[in-house]
Amino acid sequence: MTVAPKREAYDMVVIGAGPAGLAAAATSAEAGLSTLLLDENVGPGGQVFRAIASTPVTERNQLGADYWVGADLVQALRASGAEIIHRATVWSLDRNLDIAVSIGGASAFVKAKRVILATGALERPFPIPGWTLPGVMTAGAAQTMLKSSALVPDGRTVIAGQGPLLWLLAAQILRLGGRIDRILDTTERGNYFAALPHAFAFLTSPYFAKGLSMMREVKAKVQVVSGVTELAASGDGQLASVSYVAGGKRETIAADLLLLHQGVVPNVNLAMSAGIEHRWDDLQLCWSPVLDASGNSSVAGIAIAGDGAGIGGANAAVVRGRIAACAAVEALAPAAAAKVPAMAMLRSDLAKAERGRVFLDTLFRPAPHFRIPSGDTIVCRCEEVTAKDVLDSVAIGATGPNQLKAYRRTGMGPCQGRLCGLTVTELMAQARGKSPQEIGYYRLRAPVKPITLAELAAVPKSEADVRAVVRG
Amino acid sequence: MFKRSEQDKRPQVQILVDGVAVAARQGDTVSAALLASGVDARRSTAVSGAPRLPYCMMGVCFDCLVTIDGVGNRQGCLVPVAEGMQVEIQKGKREIGK
Repeated sequence: MTVAPKREAYDMVVIGAGPAGLAAAATSAEAGLSTLLLDENVGPGGQVFRAIASTPVTERNQLGADYWVGADLVQALRASGAEIIHRATVWSLDRNLDIAVSIGGASAFVKAKRVILATGALERPFPIPGWTLPGVMTAGAAQTMLKSSALVPDGRTVIAGQGPLLWLLAAQILRLGGRIDRILDTTERGNYFAALPHAFAFLTSPYFAKGLSMMREVKAKVQVVSGVTELAASGDGQLASVSYVAGGKRETIAADLLLLHQGVVPNVNLAMSAGIEHRWDDLQLCWSPVLDASGNSSVAGIAIAGDGAGIGGANAAVVRGRIAACAAVEALAPAAAAKVPAMAMLRSDLAKAERGRVFLDTLFRPAPHFRIPSGDTIVCRCEEVTAKDVLDSVAIGATGPNQLKAYRRTGMGPCQGRLCGLTVTELMAQARGKSPQEIGYYRLRAPVKPITLAELAAVPKSEADVRAVVRG
Repeated sequence: MFKRSEQDKRPQVQILVDGVAVAARQGDTVSAALLASGVDARRSTAVSGAPRLPYCMMGVCFDCLVTIDGVGNRQGCLVPVAEGMQVEIQKGKREIGK
């Protein structure tokens, strides 16, 4: 597993082996480009197809047909001749398309003619009181354990939030014999009306029937409380109870496990550190890279595919991966273009896969009070900075996320802003009466994942490198 | 908090958590094995000493930090278990030499 890349240079390096990365790497290698796929996880699949090659869940209907699609992608990739390295953490990518990757505690360097970033999404921060307590996790975390280790909740379990993943997870937990005591639905009532104009596209998309049947399956077995407007976790060093307000009435229930989810957002760290331009997306409430129709970013040679390009879901991710790879093949090896799918066909596939997305984005747009916390609620989990701390800093002159680092160290812990960045931007924007675009985001730099000083020191260096820093 | 589904037929792997033998399954990550084991796997933070357990299980939150085979600050959710692996619940910040 812990093998360094075979070559120093590749036509194509794909980063991330989820739906987009699997499709991109296979398409690129099939066309004859020398292709390296680097992925941080133990096996292929990313999050949606996590543990697709190793899951102990053998009863296929429990995970659903949409999951097993991933097996075909992995098979295509393995047949394509692409070089694949797992447990490989890319910690630097720059404008020269030089890539630094940590594999088994040692760093290797490769150069690419083209890079496709397929680093996917992560769950949107859900900063409620008590969200750092042991026993509070993301819905995605529970799904990861379910897929890769067939683990299901067996204590008093509450699932809270909104969005398609929440219902899918609930259905999967129940099918595997796990326990769910209550589901707290935080979807704002007004969202149903806002989403209505986009309903036709959704009703005629494949997501509608699937979503409806899943919700029916879950609601038959679990008490679902809708219209939840407040949510808090409490306990002394461990989650003990969840309290919530619905229909103006407060309730508190004992709980061992609280699973939170309010949608996913692009994982921007590597792309931003490479200098790729991002813009605030007012509908999806996150930073999305500025891309052309083939996924090419503002940095020449780097394309972004999958949810990292803006949330579109797994089907769209696969097509975006193919489109980005085809564009690279057209540019690097025009003679091989006949070996890849026709662009016109892919664009029509993409339109199909993205059908109904605006409806979902509008319906499941998280409420402001679940995105922008107040008082003692922790914003930055790593440095343990509260909403009040951030607002106090704004009051004495902090203008944006980067100044705030000097005041409070927000975003400077090991997660590098992944769990607080969006909250800090929106909180500061609100406090200063500015738009998130005006407030901006953390300036991200390599290494985008922590590596040890020893690993950096062990990096091969030339005499010129040494002369540049050693005196006398 | 979590239990194993009966259909899970993966071979058992034994790891040591603070010196105590814990049964895991081949293919578990260290974090999944800890959460499945029922042992008190709460680390404490470097900043305030607050107790934490894994939050995201996908490599982004760093709340699963753990000492593995003598190396501190490892992301337990990204490291698969191996027979005889020595896991220590990390209290506070990583220590020099670990």
